Amino acid sequence: MSLLEITDLTVGFDTEDGLVQAVRNISLTLDEGEILALCGESGCGKSVTAMSVPRLLPPDTTRLSGSVTLDGRELTTLPEPDMRHVRGKDVSVVFQEPMTSLNPSFSVGYQITEVLRRHEGLSRRAAGERALALLELVGIPAPARRMKEYPHQLSGGMRQRVMIAIAVACSPRVLIADEPTTALDVTIQAGVLDVFRDLRDRLGTAIILITHDLGVVADIADRAVVMYAGRAVEQATVTELFANPRHPYTLGLMKALPTAAVGGRLAEIPGMVPSPLSDPDECAFHDRCPRVQTDCRLSRPQLVRQAEGHLAACFHPGGQS
Amino acid sequence: MLWFILRRCGSAVIVMFLGSVLIFLGIRALPGDPATVMAGQEASPEVVEAIRQEFGLDKPLPAQYVDYIGQTLTGNFGRSTQDQLPVIDIIAERLPVTLELSALAMLVAIVIGVGAGIVAAVRRGKVADYVATGFGLAGLSVPHFWLGLLAILLFAVTWQVLPASGYVPFTQDPGENLQRMILPALVLGTGFAAILMRQTRSAMLGALSADYVRTARSKGLSEAKVVGAHALRNSLTTVITVLGLQLGALISGAVVTEQIFVIPGFGKLTVDAVLTRNYPVIQAVVLITVIGYVVVNLLVDIAYAFLNPRIRLSGGSHD
Repeated sequence: MSLLEITDLTVGFDTEDGLVQAVRNISLTLDEGEILALCGESGCGKSVTAMSVPRLLPPDTTRLSGSVTLDGRELTTLPEPDMRHVRGKDVSVVFQEPMTSLNPSFSVGYQITEVLRRHEGLSRRAAGERALALLELVGIPAPARRMKEYPHQLSGGMRQRVMIAIAVACSPRVLIADEPTTALDVTIQAGVLDVFRDLRDRLGTAIILITHDLGVVADIADRAVVMYAGRAVEQATVTELFANPRHPYTLGLMKALPTAAVGGRLAEIPGMVPSPLSDPDECAFHDRCPRVQTDCRLSRPQLVRQAEGHLAACFHPGGQS
Repeated sequence: MLWFILRRCGSAVIVMFLGSVLIFLGIRALPGDPATVMAGQEASPEVVEAIRQEFGLDKPLPAQYVDYIGQTLTGNFGRSTQDQLPVIDIIAERLPVTLELSALAMLVAIVIGVGAGIVAAVRRGKVADYVATGFGLAGLSVPHFWLGLLAILLFAVTWQVLPASGYVPFTQDPGENLQRMILPALVLGTGFAAILMRQTRSAMLGALSADYVRTARSKGLSEAKVVGAHALRNSLTTVITVLGLQLGALISGAVVTEQIFVIPGFGKLTVDAVLTRNYPVIQAVVLITVIGYVVVNLLVDIAYAFLNPRIRLSGGSHD
């Protein structure tokens, strides 16, 4: 049994235009100490998939089915008060926007100690000492002074480190990092990724890294799930994925990496993502796919095994065949 | 922080000075001669002239202003032209009445308005939200005098649970005082409660959809803490701004409410003084209103600084 198991997860949202399916029939697993990347372009459902774990989706409009278990414990049906003991303790989140994700009215120290006092039952003083150690852990210089400062006094990279300090304060089993480096300067990105790697090595934290940046995936992740239009289209270890990408969408993403096009225009994938309102019985990628054939328009390819630990949903996969 | 407060106090003094000049000039620009009014219609020109000299009304304007401000700073607002009582005594008698009424009305407005605003925002689109916004709209639309009369009719005449009007000083009989003040305070506070409710609701809606509220939820905090600490703290700036801005409306509302409930307050004094061209009283009344405004705005600014670290900390730098 894996630490985290997501089985047949389908998530939709009630909107004025009807039910929008953001995630369809996703299944994935996460082991202790593993860094799993969820990749794909904006709107492919990667964030929604991850936020279903701590149930941070708007409760009124979310329609969710399937199963999410942490250590064998079902989270989707857990009563809300119990879920609040899971959030911030067993499962915590680093959000995409470091500039707005911290509360502007509370000091950095307060925002870190708050979660420690909530879950670890620490006194104000003990929590303060732990918070100081956490700021050091995430590589913030002069932590004692930073404790008393407010978010607006910190740079984006520093704020993201504070967010990470909050997220790892109670040594979570699973850390969800939603585009943690997207809003940051390239020079700071590497430092933040090092913090994640360090946490995994030291605490054995399993990390779900949501990103559209395959460079980040190659840098830090052990395994990757590529998502397109709410479905997983390819899943493999990172070495295998970069060596033998099978799905034409994965291949397109790799060609769009800046390093692949020195001096030239970046390769792009033509066309648009299909609307999440409709779900015709065809391959969702067919009208953007360079390898499209008749069968792609007739039925939808399922995720099938391509090699050891390598799944792809394509009738005409590339690579070694 | 101290520097910030000192700077604000400095600008408050300047505003009060400019206010005093404007009041002084404005009142002299009014048509009508106070000496004639005081002397009565049949008085001889000599009597009118004597009165004019006695009150210094024959001097040039700058000299009159210096007299006026010098006296004012020593607490001497002159004597009422109506009954020759010292203005300071009249004010000392009337001001606490209105202050009590305003404070109670504000309390009513804050408790009902902020409370309902929070509930409406949290239960957005649900029954509680519609009830709160419905009552908010009604509270905004209903004029004070109508609500006051209705309240007297219901509570004093039909149910006979509260007295209809009158005033008893708090120092004389606190229970009786509150009993007589509760209806006026409710009537005066309702309109502000409605405004506060709407502003609190929209500020809270903004705060509740903010990223930091999502962060607070991801920490596993209770909904009470997410709403009451993380979201509310960031909405209070709006609430306090509205409170400060509404002070003017509160004073004019007090005039009407005091008339209906026959409360001998500041509002009634103002109206009477204007109607009789009672210069010393008008000057004092308006000046005290200006001071009230400036002090409240000063308090609002200081409250901002306490609530918002960005203001507090930039106030301490050299900008």
